[in-house]
Amino acid sequence: MAERNGMVEKRGSGLWLTHLGLIIGVAFIFFPIWLAFIASTVDQQDIVRPPMPLLPGDKLFENYGRALVSGVNAPVATMLLNSLVMALGIAIGKIAISLLSAFAIVYFRFPGRKVFFWLIFLTLMLPVEVRIVPTFEVIANFGMLNSYSGLILPLIASATATFLFRQFFMTVPDELAEAARVDGARPMRFFFDILLPMSRTNIAALFVILFIYGWNQYLWPLLITTDPEMNTIVMGIKQMFPSGDDFAHWPTIMATSILAMIPPVIVVIGMQRLFIRGLVESEK
Amino acid sequence: MEKRVTFKGIWLPLLLVLPQILITAVFFFYPAGQAIWQSLFIPDPFGLSMQWVGLGNFEFLLSDPFYRASFLTTAIFSILVTVVSMGVALYLAVLADRLIKGSGTYRTLLIWPYAVAPAVAGVLWLFMFNTRVGVVSWYLGQLGYDWNHVLNEGEAMGLVVVASAWGRISYNFLFFLAGLQAIPKSVIEAAAIDGARFWTRFRTIVWPLLSPTTFFLLVVNIIYAFFETFGVIHTITSGGPQQATTILVYKVYSDGFVGQDLGSSAAQSVILLVIVSILTVVQFKYIERRVHY
Repeated sequence: MAERNGMVEKRGSGLWLTHLGLIIGVAFIFFPIWLAFIASTVDQQDIVRPPMPLLPGDKLFENYGRALVSGVNAPVATMLLNSLVMALGIAIGKIAISLLSAFAIVYFRFPGRKVFFWLIFLTLMLPVEVRIVPTFEVIANFGMLNSYSGLILPLIASATATFLFRQFFMTVPDELAEAARVDGARPMRFFFDILLPMSRTNIAALFVILFIYGWNQYLWPLLITTDPEMNTIVMGIKQMFPSGDDFAHWPTIMATSILAMIPPVIVVIGMQRLFIRGLVESEK
Repeated sequence: MEKRVTFKGIWLPLLLVLPQILITAVFFFYPAGQAIWQSLFIPDPFGLSMQWVGLGNFEFLLSDPFYRASFLTTAIFSILVTVVSMGVALYLAVLADRLIKGSGTYRTLLIWPYAVAPAVAGVLWLFMFNTRVGVVSWYLGQLGYDWNHVLNEGEAMGLVVVASAWGRISYNFLFFLAGLQAIPKSVIEAAAIDGARFWTRFRTIVWPLLSPTTFFLLVVNIIYAFFETFGVIHTITSGGPQQATTILVYKVYSDGFVGQDLGSSAAQSVILLVIVSILTVVQFKYIERRVHY
């Protein structure tokens, strides 16, 4: 590493200025999160009489306990479960159907292959926000409002993952498929025994990205979960604000905001290498 | 690009692509087709029948001052979000790149907001600037500045821009840092030997070599500002005051679900569809160029 920076490395005052600049940046990034954490550890009274304290209070367990067990409209524990099911459903569902179709498109010659490829490819272009009203009608006609399948299925109708797996399969040496064919292995045997283990890292990296994508969805759950028991945590926070002129119960709302961040933050920080790889790969 | 070695069979591959084709057909192509179809009609006041109006919805939209205003709002919003988040990210990435030790630690600390949903980021910033309890607005009040984003259009726009940009800094930082670290150090050292100072080196060497990353981020951030910031706007301002923060995606939602004006909402969807397509084509053109490069 020393050689990388070589002679333009910073010493003395320059180095300290660099650190200072970065620390200011980190402080700017963390200040909103820190305030939310403080608010989740104090009394409502501490907040409605500004300025609120800037150091944690002693109501942490009380606030989080109340949020998890009773919440405002629905227990936050229920919303966490809904978010988990949705995020896992989107990540696993999208990876599964994409692996299968990418395998078919790369390793077989069948009628309509090109058409399928382009049909799937077209979906790269259109986020769910753009076709929101008709998609809502489809879900309503299927009776899938307030259901996990309604939350998950429209969000896996996109081809980013198929495209990535196709690119990866193209780099797998032909000799492997050749050998499998000579040995008389069936295509699915080749898929499960060779291709899938080789794709492990790509699958994991994609999983991180898709989990966060699913967890952080807002507009779609807002539209199709009218029953508070089906709310996801990210959209449920906004529902906790009173509609009239009343004071919002900030300690509960902020405890919920912190709870909404914890799972994706753990995934991003814990799987940082895979996350960065997934990010760079999926944007290439 | 084609595989030389393939397996035999027609039914198996069809079966393999079936799940994706089914889901894509039902939840993508059908609704997208519906959006285009509905954009050519207006429903009667009771929602019982539809009346064919051809391009009437589009003509009406393009002459509607509110829709034009929303276009302008979206343009201002997207440009500000992109410039602020990319600017801060580039500044931090340049600093982190100067470090021999510790850049990894800063990276770990700076990627947090990526995990924070835009809607949650909205709630965090709303809390800080809340007109009654917000810490920042309270201290601004002490300094004699009366912050009120509920009434003041400029302050509302400023708040949604900062909240949206904040969540995007991590992403841009990661790409800028990767781009900076890919620049061969020998080039920079050669310039340093020739006596070029930091700012000169940055302007004449680093910035041009970083331009592919910058261009890529520019497109991706504009797409982000167009679509993924819905959560920020819905939680902080709900498009107000007086539609000052109603960006195009928010208008599709508020006209379609709150206002129940399906024809107009569908026409707006189609217009957005055209905009995303253009942005995507720009992006792919760029990727193609990079591949040939």
